[in-house]
Amino acid sequence: MTASVTLSGLNHRFGPFHALKDIDLRIEAGEYVTLLGPSGCGKTTLLSILGGFLDPTEGAVLIGGRDMTHVPPAKRPTTTMFQDYALFPHMTLRDNVAFGLRMAGVARRVRHARAEALLGMVGLADAAGKRPHELSGGQRQRVALARALAVEPDVLLLDEPLGALDLKLRRAMQDELKAIQRQVGTTFIHVTHDQEEAMAIADRIVVMNAGRIEDEGAPVRIYREPATLFTADFMGEMNHVPATLTDAGVETPLGLLPVDGLGRGRAMVCLRPEAIGLAAGGVALGRARVRDAAFFGTHWRAHLVPVAAPELVLVAHLPPGAAPAAGQELDLGAEPHAFRVYRLEE
Amino acid sequence: MIRLLPWLYLAAAFAFIYLPVGALVLFSFQAGNLPVPPFNGPSTRWYADVLADDDLTGALANSLLVALGSSAVAVSLGFGAAYGLARHVLPGSALLRGLLIAPLTVSYLIVGLGLLIVLTRAGLGLSLWTAAIGHVVINLPLAFAILYASMGAQQVNAERAARDLGADEARVVLLVTVPMLMPAIAAAFFLSVTLSWDEFIIAFLLTRFDVTLPVEIWSMLRSGLSPRLNAIGSLVFLVSVTAVVILETLVFRKRRP
Repeated sequence: MTASVTLSGLNHRFGPFHALKDIDLRIEAGEYVTLLGPSGCGKTTLLSILGGFLDPTEGAVLIGGRDMTHVPPAKRPTTTMFQDYALFPHMTLRDNVAFGLRMAGVARRVRHARAEALLGMVGLADAAGKRPHELSGGQRQRVALARALAVEPDVLLLDEPLGALDLKLRRAMQDELKAIQRQVGTTFIHVTHDQEEAMAIADRIVVMNAGRIEDEGAPVRIYREPATLFTADFMGEMNHVPATLTDAGVETPLGLLPVDGLGRGRAMVCLRPEAIGLAAGGVALGRARVRDAAFFGTHWRAHLVPVAAPELVLVAHLPPGAAPAAGQELDLGAEPHAFRVYRLEE
Repeated sequence: MIRLLPWLYLAAAFAFIYLPVGALVLFSFQAGNLPVPPFNGPSTRWYADVLADDDLTGALANSLLVALGSSAVAVSLGFGAAYGLARHVLPGSALLRGLLIAPLTVSYLIVGLGLLIVLTRAGLGLSLWTAAIGHVVINLPLAFAILYASMGAQQVNAERAARDLGADEARVVLLVTVPMLMPAIAAAFFLSVTLSWDEFIIAFLLTRFDVTLPVEIWSMLRSGLSPRLNAIGSLVFLVSVTAVVILETLVFRKRRP
């Protein structure tokens, strides 16, 4: 019902294109992991290798401790939920969900009962006799999930499963996917390019870029303490302040920041918009003029130009009561632990 | 007046297409001995005459047999070729596709003559079998083209899903590919049936004692016009129309959800 996954020394090349570079990753049994990255980062290639649709150029795939590197999809304890769902249009939902059990030689009555139970789990109990074209996108999605789970895989692979749904439905399906994963206990590996989706759903996020793993960890760690500049930018909006690392600390146009030195040389200081506040407490960032501000309900999103460094523009999320006005000058501050400093390559 | 012109054009076009067929069918109900005006009837005496003629009904059965048999073979072979070329990267697959479709451009007379030479050299006697082989040769490229064009990404993904769920290759084809392609398979089959049904040149060159209906009709034509021929023509037309209607209702209606 569930198994761990270990990838070691995985490399994949499409002709001259090096799609995956030295991937090492361990996923625990029962974990919900998202592979997050921009398009072309190799996340779908990695999922195809896990599902057995691609043979990696180098490296090994272990599922539940057994070597599965060259085992075809049909013989793996994995199933894939495809991006376009890939339902069988000529079959009823019952037959779609029961297909895997039929291939396994399960008797008709048993497999139909199981298919109906699974359709019940995804809220389509009374639609078992319908065909896929009679369903909405969200419903097809659920059928695809039920079909993939019907064979009780150890690992379920989800390839951008929510990509085709509108925003509201996507949020609802995220909660549902997570709840179903908790219920069945199967290891879920979910590919997405939407960082909000990754944070909403995953126990652990694996951030990928250009064929490599940039960072991996719990969503809160990845968001608040990203390991690399790429991860910091990909996980959400980020303010960038160029800096120089010296003996005294981190020198920036906003003044000397009391952040632990990381050596010498050029660096980039990153600060999330919500980390910038008006309060005098914490680290002072000096005065800044409000260029413009818009109200978002939970916060004011303001563009601020520091008086000390007019070439910079900072984005800040100010409290709803702040009511900043264009042209106004504000005293900015930030929590000391909110700064992330990345050394730049010389 | 200007607004009437398109309608007049439409009526003229349809008259042009259907007047010959209409005349044929009308004079098949002629009571007299000549299929020319004035029309006196209606009478079904020529239909009775045709159906009582063993040569004609035999040729009719032969034609059906050849049409259904050769179409089944052509569609099966076309499906195999299309599936192989659509799903696998083969060396020179563009050339293979070209070679499969090229016979569409060769005239039936050339195909028939070529087959006649090959078959006589090979020592095979001419029969309905050889006519059926000829019809497979002309219908295979068509079946291949129709089936290859309809094999898209949707089936590829469904086939992948089926494999992922534990289906072996035979069951992937049987349970997923063929049912999903059923509209195209039926279209290729019925189109092959209609083409084979009224094909004359190849059937004429490659049959001897048992002949198909068009060949039988041709030999009757030599003894002059008769409402009998109109009756046969109407029956042939009826079969073709039936095939087209089946095609329309089974295949093209399903496409529109």
